[in-house]
Amino acid sequence: MRSEMIRCLEELAESDPNLMLVTGDLGFGVLTRFSERFPRQYLNAGVAEQNMTGLAVGMALEGKTVFTYSIGNFPTLRCLEQIRNDACYHSANVKIVCIGGGFTYGSLGISHHATEDLAILRALPDITVIAPGDPVETAAATRAVYETPGTCYLRLGRGGEPRVHLGPIDFRVGKAIRLFEGEDVAILSTGGILKVACSAREKLEVSGMKVGLFSMHTVKPIDRDLVMELACTVRLIVTLEEHTVIGGLGGAVAEIIAQMPGPKANLEVIGLRDCFTSVVGDQEYLRSVYGLTVEDVCSRVGARLVLP
Amino acid sequence: MSDHRTQATDTVALALRIRRNAVQMTHYGKSSHIGAVLSISDILAVLYGRILKVNPDDPGWRGRDRFILSKGHAGAGVYAVLAESGFFPVEELKNHYANGSRLSGHVSHKGIPGVEISTGSLGHGLPIGVGMAYAAALDSHHHRVFVLMSDGECDEGSNWEAILFAAHHKLYNLVAIVDYNKIQSLKPVAETLGLEPFAQKWRAFGWEVKEADGHDHESLTAALAERLGPVGKPLCVISHTTKGKGISFMENSVLWHYRSPQGEEYRNAMKELGVEADAE
Repeated sequence: MRSEMIRCLEELAESDPNLMLVTGDLGFGVLTRFSERFPRQYLNAGVAEQNMTGLAVGMALEGKTVFTYSIGNFPTLRCLEQIRNDACYHSANVKIVCIGGGFTYGSLGISHHATEDLAILRALPDITVIAPGDPVETAAATRAVYETPGTCYLRLGRGGEPRVHLGPIDFRVGKAIRLFEGEDVAILSTGGILKVACSAREKLEVSGMKVGLFSMHTVKPIDRDLVMELACTVRLIVTLEEHTVIGGLGGAVAEIIAQMPGPKANLEVIGLRDCFTSVVGDQEYLRSVYGLTVEDVCSRVGARLVLP
Repeated sequence: MSDHRTQATDTVALALRIRRNAVQMTHYGKSSHIGAVLSISDILAVLYGRILKVNPDDPGWRGRDRFILSKGHAGAGVYAVLAESGFFPVEELKNHYANGSRLSGHVSHKGIPGVEISTGSLGHGLPIGVGMAYAAALDSHHHRVFVLMSDGECDEGSNWEAILFAAHHKLYNLVAIVDYNKIQSLKPVAETLGLEPFAQKWRAFGWEVKEADGHDHESLTAALAERLGPVGKPLCVISHTTKGKGISFMENSVLWHYRSPQGEEYRNAMKELGVEADAE
């Protein structure tokens, strides 16, 4: 995902001299080409995320579109108030890029697990929150946040995420991508765990269920129309995210469904339970420890939905 | 266009009007922070009367100098100087702190001509100013960026991140003014987190430092006068001030960081500023 984002930024920087990339002293090797091709548009702010975000706002208010770049929680939680007061409140064109959403940097420990970021940033007014599901979505999302006025948060993995979309996609901010339709279950996935959702769907279909799959790359503004439609047409909605079950995609979907009148689909929220991930392990291992594998999704669906 | 001022502004008179307005605003709004406003009234008068290139008829003019009040709690002073400089009607000041008003206690840019940045949480202004100065230098613009900070605010680490950055990038167009009244929220600065040797700290970080008497308009003018040039360093003006300056019983008092002037205190405050208080 990281390389797709950088490639897209290079394309954009070619035609827009006001596009700026500011790193918080991270991106070893990854940002080199950008920095050499566009030295005026590249800046290393040092290990100082509050200043990085504040100066990004200052530059944005002078007409720049500024991408801030760091990993894990550093570009978000470390400087949350700068994002809230300075970027969002001033509608500044600051695009916050997080490399390492979820357990991407699993073995590095909890400091590097970005597992509450979607909930926390989603709670801010005047921000767009996007977690693309695969490299194809990442390229589209990078362009989308560049074109979306105001402050945006782009939550990515790192590298090596499997490609899910084999053809072109229709990527629109705030509109989920419909991969499959199915009347029994709808799986809504956000972020780089989309491939798990995809595999779980295939397995459930084999067992006889009709399972839809939707990439909810935009967590804010959430695709309310889709959620309301699904709540009236399927029996079970499943949300899947590499993120706490509190306040992220599952929370956003629950907020909508809970306020709908009349009969509606059940909801199964799959994510990280409310705990710190102190077990050491890589992304795949931690997914297995915390119940985010294909098998986990299938068993959770099976437990909630008994076919007639 | 370079400057809206067609004749020299009487900055002493302007400072007095800022103080009168601010006392009235905090009286009618029953709001805090009058001591902090009185501390910077002369700085604001010199900035808007002599230094800043701004145009009240075109607040968004690209060539304007940028001014950020980082100590947002003294926003009443900025509202007052903007109104007195023609950015919006002075009558609007009476809405300060009122329900439904635009003029919040901490300075807001929403719908208020002349305010660049909303602040209130300390340690935000300088990083934003750094970004504005960096962008201006990058695009070869010739305006300056001024950030007015409090001394207590210098406890915030974000400022020192910005101070490092500004020196490293030789932001010659950036001016940080510290309102050094030596009293912060609960106690004197020296009893809270001492800043001394303060000037040496800024110098050691790579800034040019000037010290000024923050109530002497010639001293302030000398420190803040046009300095875009080959120095290659950002400028810090440590402005030695008195919290509550101009009203005897408010001077050097922590109490008037919080207290709103009411009743006899209000009338006495206005009297010290040379006017009889209007009837309550």
